[in-house]
Amino acid sequence: MSEFYFSLPLLLRLALQGVAVIAVLFPLAGACSMAERKVSAWIQGRPGPSRAIVPWLAWIPGIGFLQRLGVFHFTADGGKMFLKEDVIPGHVNKFYYYLAPLVAVVPALCTVVFVPFGAYWDAATAMMKPIILANTDIGILAVFAVSSLGVYSLILAGWASNSKYPFLGGVRASAQLISYELSMTLSILPVFLWVNVPGGEGTLSLFAVVEAQTQPGFFGGMWNIFLMPLSAFIFMVALFAETNRQPFDMPESEADLVGGFHTEYGELKWGLFFVAEYAHMFIGSGVFMILFCGGWNPLPWVSLADLLGWLGGFAPIFLNPVVSGLIAIGIFLAKLIFSIFVFMWVRWTLPRFRYDQVMKMGWQKLLPLSIGNLIFYAIAIAIIERS
Amino acid sequence: MSFKTVERKPLTLAERTYIPQILGGMKTTFKHLVKPKETLEYPEARPAILPGYRGVPTLVMDPNGREKCVSCQLCEFVCPPKAIRIKPGEIAAESTNAHVEKAPEEFDIDMLRCIYCGLCQEVCPEEAIWLQNVFSVSGYSRDEMVNNKQRLYELGGTLPDQHFKWDKKKAAEEAGNDAH
Repeated sequence: MSEFYFSLPLLLRLALQGVAVIAVLFPLAGACSMAERKVSAWIQGRPGPSRAIVPWLAWIPGIGFLQRLGVFHFTADGGKMFLKEDVIPGHVNKFYYYLAPLVAVVPALCTVVFVPFGAYWDAATAMMKPIILANTDIGILAVFAVSSLGVYSLILAGWASNSKYPFLGGVRASAQLISYELSMTLSILPVFLWVNVPGGEGTLSLFAVVEAQTQPGFFGGMWNIFLMPLSAFIFMVALFAETNRQPFDMPESEADLVGGFHTEYGELKWGLFFVAEYAHMFIGSGVFMILFCGGWNPLPWVSLADLLGWLGGFAPIFLNPVVSGLIAIGIFLAKLIFSIFVFMWVRWTLPRFRYDQVMKMGWQKLLPLSIGNLIFYAIAIAIIERS
Repeated sequence: MSFKTVERKPLTLAERTYIPQILGGMKTTFKHLVKPKETLEYPEARPAILPGYRGVPTLVMDPNGREKCVSCQLCEFVCPPKAIRIKPGEIAAESTNAHVEKAPEEFDIDMLRCIYCGLCQEVCPEEAIWLQNVFSVSGYSRDEMVNNKQRLYELGGTLPDQHFKWDKKKAAEEAGNDAH
């Protein structure tokens, strides 16, 4: 089976891998909208969506549990979006109006190329190898470069809607991105200072960051969140702002901007914006988990290789590259899902910031904080590496 | 006029970062997340209806299975939105209930007009019309929303009668006393 796969031309193989990843990411992003409704409902003390079911599925015993979880609402929502009447406002530029949701989805799904989402045990070299679509050395730089393209779709949507509130939403989105991208990038520099030992070969690869968190020893096995809590905090706040999640959802704040950039959008075009937002959340929290929470390592100071070695003692099947890869992806996905849950949890805890508060916090609080953080860690790492 | 200056304490550093407050808030919301849900899931679970609730107006029978309504039309006159229509009718002389004299031939209540004010129940001298605990009314057409006499009796059923006025009337009649 794997021989046949590796006999395929490289281009076809890469295309297959890409389609496979998107085929997982896209429904996951859609399912997130369902999870959002459920978590919102539970926090508000109500059961949430729990009614929809396909009639002939209702005959299967035990499926009531899934119905109560609202699993079938996911498909019902999708079907509704497909079948809804497509209302196009008469005063918009149709080309740009249609382009905006596509521009939203493309960068959101493209960033996944540079994010490793697991590792497998390569018996030949006795090393962990990354599961990643493009194992490039520019890793994090490419993620930031491509994911920030997503804001173009918001600006385009706001502008093409030819209406005041969406336009304000688009302008806010761009201003917010600029304010928070700076502190976000500055906050992760200490991580890469720590990963790239002086004299060694420098890399921005995300896989190298996870490798650095799987080294033996107290500092080696420690997750970066314990080593650099301030960096992690700044990154997380910036991540909330970048993905336009509450309490930073300035571009779509329905209290003052009706619906923001997607006010004039309906049906599947609106759905695409939301898939893009959730895909951004997935990639963003994936990067957070890789940078600060040890990626696919199950516990601090317990690396995936340790776990596989321990499991391999029981059955050698666990050292199979496919099985070990699936375990790694499973651990990573579990962390991602927890992170998405935190996004939803914070949403119902914090009230939305006012726009001036968002700007003030970005420029006057987070940016100086992240610069100070960078200087502190630069000096601290220099002292540690010197000795 | 005397003023009292309220002392505003400056926020501590921990308070200015908001982090303890945010974590406290997240603790609160998490408690709500795992708490039992408070929603009443309506079609399966029904709300408890207290006595005296003013639901849909219905017609009731007395414990002998007779119509209580004597088609006096007081409810029709008092009804503010004019939702009630009554066509009075006589009771046939050979009927065992002939001493009641009158009963409605038709009795319609238009639920699209009814405002559930309860004046019909207040005004009814025979306690024949009652607002009971039916609260969920729906239909596919305007005609369906008009409750006719048969439907009103189905909804109303039988209520305990405290007066047995007609029984007393009949007993009096049989005793040769026709003054009523």
